[in-house]
Amino acid sequence: MGERGLRLERLEIAREGRRLVALDALIEPGEALTVMGPSGSGKSTLLSVIAGAPPPGFSVAGRVLLDGRDMTALPPEARRIGILFQEELLFPHLSVGANLAFGLRPHVKGRAARRARVERALAEAGLEGMAERDPATLSGGQKARAALMRMLLSEPAALLLDEAFSRLDAALRGQIRALVFDTARREGVPVLQVTHDEADAAAAGGRVVRL
Amino acid sequence: MVTAAAGRASRLPPLAPALTVALLLLPVSAGFLGVAAPSLGYMPALGGERLSALPFRELFAWPDLPRAVALSVLVGLAATAISLLAVMLIVAGWRGSRAFRALERALSPLLSVPHAAAAFGLAFLIAPSGWIARALSPWATGWERPPDLLIVQDPWGLSLILGLVAKEIPFLFLMTLAALPQAQPAKSEAVARALGYAPLTGWFKTVFPRVYRQIRLPVLAVLAYSMSVVDMAIILGPSAPPPLSVQVVRWMNDPDLSLRFRAAAGAMLQLGLVAAALLFWFGLEKAVAALGRRWVEGGGRGGGAMEGWLRLLGLALAALSAGAVFAGLGGLAIWSFAGLWPFPDALPEGPTLRSWMRHGPALAAPMAETLLIAAAATALSLFLTIACLEAESRHGLAPSGRALWLLYLPLIVPQVAFLTGLQTLALAAGLDGGRGAVIAAHALFVLPYVFLSLAGPWREWDARQALVARTLGAGPGRALFAVRLPMLLRPALTAAAVGFAASVGQYLPTLLIGGGAVRTVTTEAVALAAGGDRRAIAIWSLAQTAAALAPFLAAALIPRIAWRNRAGLRDG
Amino acid sequence: MRTIATGLFAAAALAAGAAAQAPNPADWPAVLEAAKGQEVHWHAWGGSATINDYIAWAAAEAGRRHGFSVVHVPLADTADAVSRVIAERAAGRDSGGAVDLIWINGENFAEMKEQGLLFGPWAESLPNWSLVDPVANPAVAFDFTIPTEGYEAPWDMAQIVFFHDSARLPEPPRSIPALLDWAKANPGRFAYPQPPDFLGSTFLKQALIALTPDRARLQAPVDESDYEAATAPLWAWLDALTPHLWRGGAAWPQSGPRLIQLLADGETEIAFSFNPNEAANAVANFQLPESVRSFVLEEGSIGNANFLAIPYNAGDAAAAMVLANFLMSPEAQARKQDPAIWGGMTVLAMDRLSAEDRARFDGFARGEASLPPEALGPILPEPHPSWMVRLEEDWAKRYGSAR
Repeated sequence: MGERGLRLERLEIAREGRRLVALDALIEPGEALTVMGPSGSGKSTLLSVIAGAPPPGFSVAGRVLLDGRDMTALPPEARRIGILFQEELLFPHLSVGANLAFGLRPHVKGRAARRARVERALAEAGLEGMAERDPATLSGGQKARAALMRMLLSEPAALLLDEAFSRLDAALRGQIRALVFDTARREGVPVLQVTHDEADAAAAGGRVVRL
Repeated sequence: MVTAAAGRASRLPPLAPALTVALLLLPVSAGFLGVAAPSLGYMPALGGERLSALPFRELFAWPDLPRAVALSVLVGLAATAISLLAVMLIVAGWRGSRAFRALERALSPLLSVPHAAAAFGLAFLIAPSGWIARALSPWATGWERPPDLLIVQDPWGLSLILGLVAKEIPFLFLMTLAALPQAQPAKSEAVARALGYAPLTGWFKTVFPRVYRQIRLPVLAVLAYSMSVVDMAIILGPSAPPPLSVQVVRWMNDPDLSLRFRAAAGAMLQLGLVAAALLFWFGLEKAVAALGRRWVEGGGRGGGAMEGWLRLLGLALAALSAGAVFAGLGGLAIWSFAGLWPFPDALPEGPTLRSWMRHGPALAAPMAETLLIAAAATALSLFLTIACLEAESRHGLAPSGRALWLLYLPLIVPQVAFLTGLQTLALAAGLDGGRGAVIAAHALFVLPYVFLSLAGPWREWDARQALVARTLGAGPGRALFAVRLPMLLRPALTAAAVGFAASVGQYLPTLLIGGGAVRTVTTEAVALAAGGDRRAIAIWSLAQTAAALAPFLAAALIPRIAWRNRAGLRDG
Repeated sequence: MRTIATGLFAAAALAAGAAAQAPNPADWPAVLEAAKGQEVHWHAWGGSATINDYIAWAAAEAGRRHGFSVVHVPLADTADAVSRVIAERAAGRDSGGAVDLIWINGENFAEMKEQGLLFGPWAESLPNWSLVDPVANPAVAFDFTIPTEGYEAPWDMAQIVFFHDSARLPEPPRSIPALLDWAKANPGRFAYPQPPDFLGSTFLKQALIALTPDRARLQAPVDESDYEAATAPLWAWLDALTPHLWRGGAAWPQSGPRLIQLLADGETEIAFSFNPNEAANAVANFQLPESVRSFVLEEGSIGNANFLAIPYNAGDAAAAMVLANFLMSPEAQARKQDPAIWGGMTVLAMDRLSAEDRARFDGFARGEASLPPEALGPILPEPHPSWMVRLEEDWAKRYGSAR
């Protein structure tokens, strides 16, 4: 068994010849690395690159490895890297339960078993009985928790956070932040978050890189 | 290295746009060459064997050319600006109101009425011997005979502009409705209102830029269409001289075959005019954007009497548009049952079923042919459009699409001239005379409409949704079919309906490429319209309307039913 | 411009080459044999439900009797069929073309013949050609003075006939000069279609014949030396008439059938048509009231024949010839002349028919709206086509833009 964790190997992102981001880091299981920088510094681009969907117009050098496996040539769906955005991005045409089922890995087989797994995840997030609900009718905190559970059901081996807490109100923010980082530590998932909020960095409790 | 982290998503080269361009390249260039060559005197089939500037010299020697050109340009710009303004005012000022919902419900029939039928209906409405005058005569006007007033065919093209506006308001309204969910107006509106902005001002400052970006291509299509329209212009437009597009058709249809060279030169000029008008519109967009930024930065909250008047203006324009088309449609329905109907009777003698009994049995076969061809051409166009747009998103191609401008050429080259070359190509390739060839030819004119209807909402869709789906383990196919297309169901169905209606309306491509063997309700309607019998025209126009209605209804109803419990997919 | 089109293009040679593949019209049994199983695409103006119904009958009858099928391709404009043939030539499809038979006459025929786009000669080999009399009725062999030379077969006679609503206008003006006086007294109540619409141009020719000092002159091509003298009275008459026209000449009816709409709407008082039975047909279709009556001008009225031509590359020329022959048969001609069916006048010479066939043309019930053939007065021959071209050009210069 080789290296564990998310390794960014001399990762460089440039636009029109201008280097925006250069990172060389290993994020160990359960660790959370925070990248801080002002808007437009390429933070979100960095996450898109790691997730496997670099936006057009950027040139990328370096490699992304997860638990020793080279991800660089893999499409997003093969990387097992989960991502949470500032908006929850629940699929508006699916019910809350169907959103979670979308994330649930296919190895959970059978309608009943899958439904039970989704129900359990909803219960863990304090969303009991909301499987049939229209996501647009959830409160902000409920949406955030549903999005988190949807991602966790896809059993990610690494987690990316793109200003994931910035839209939540103060009380809720602490609660969701704790939920995410506790879950990551418990499951031993490496986390990379980009943010411009010092409090996010403090909550992550890990190293901080400034762009 | 660039591809290194791009991953396997782009394992396939961007085939779809290349394939589409390749499919289009031949027919579009053939159509274009079929105009360009004779405009320079080259057309061996008519004895034009060497290049010459004579066609253009003759064109420019036509004394009425400046007026014909001015008419085309003014009509095009005025109809486009008024339609756009009306739709934006309606959406900004009346969304959520009862009037707005009524307009939404009226949309499908408004869109299904063919342009020529709408023009015919409008002409019968506003002419001095028309329905309005009949309703008021003689008790209010004292007219026993219609007055000799120049209303229809006025030299300024006002009644033509009115006709175009009446038909283009519903089209732009439909496009805007399809675009709204991506623009998420509710949130911006709430923010603007909270900051103290009056509703209209707040909407124009926050939502309009995002909506306009999505409906820009349809707006440009309206401009090109309004400048090139023939059927409406013959009925409502001035005739001495007519707009350039009509004069091109007159030359093209003249028994004197040598005039076809001049017609080709006129068609090239028409193409140049549309291009120039589009450039002018781009400039206008920039100017409005600059002014708009200053207006937004100025921070004025709006409100007051002005806002109220503008809201009323929007409602009045929309009501006028809907009223004109509906009255026209009602006129058609009454004519189809009419016995003798002299002035100043408000209603005809009758009613009689004779016109229906005469034409009704002949409707079935052309109707089936029409629906079959339209369905096939629309399906093909929708498939190519989605393939192109999806390739664009997956491979991060520039949204301007570069070569895809080719797509729009069939819309802006006058059709009667464009078809000469297209027909020659079809014949040379042995692809003519059958339903398949007609479907392919229709697709050429349907594809641009489908593309321009869908492209805006597609590109405006939040691509992070796709990324989320992919990181959740969905392959690109599942991300497309389980996430993107369902979320874009409404714009996709709308695009299909617009394409379907475009196919239903095709006359010359059906006749010429089909060699006369393919008969649709439109080929029958246009041929009968040449005879001027209003009862026959009414029945076949109603048949055309019926053919186009179902897809528009489907586009309006299916998303409403499928997403009845999904607030996030209603208009924001 | 005309010179480009006329050119030195060796079109005639092409046409001859294609004709070689078609059956020899002189060998009629061979034509009948070749026609079996063919499908004739008959491109014919489709603006009249009355005429469309007749065409449907003729198509079914001819096909049933001779073992082929006929498809009526209804056109808004004959130019569409011409476009198709031109495109076929441009693409090199010199046989197997999609247009087999065209309803045609006048300038369209002259142009197609000149460009070598027609098959033939064939018309004078038809068995029923013996029933027409080109000497007594030159219109069947001279289309706008252009000799048809067997490149087209006549199937209908047309003549300008005026009509009015007798309830509103009991006594219409019956000559070109009287029309001007009437228009002055009744401004805005007369209109003619905007040339180069076929009927509009015909109206100009009708007025020209009535006003020109030397009618015979019009049978020869336009010559600049006397053009002015020949047309000066026409322009003076039109200059006087135009301000009193419908909309004062600021807008024009786009087509002939529009005149019927205007009369029906009460916008105008007088309309005219190339079909002598038009008024009766319009009454039967509820388009005009029963008080409508027809009349002809005292100077006589322009008349011509409608023809059928076969493109040089027609795929089913044999069956097209058989169909044309059927349309010239006494049976088909008599049915066409029945005012209850169409009312189109026959091209046949009565003295060449058997007594039995002659009887087919007797005893039609005729409404009061249209005139019987014997009341249509003298037929004025069409001027040489070059007159129409010049008149259209000069008309456009003088009245084509409403200033």
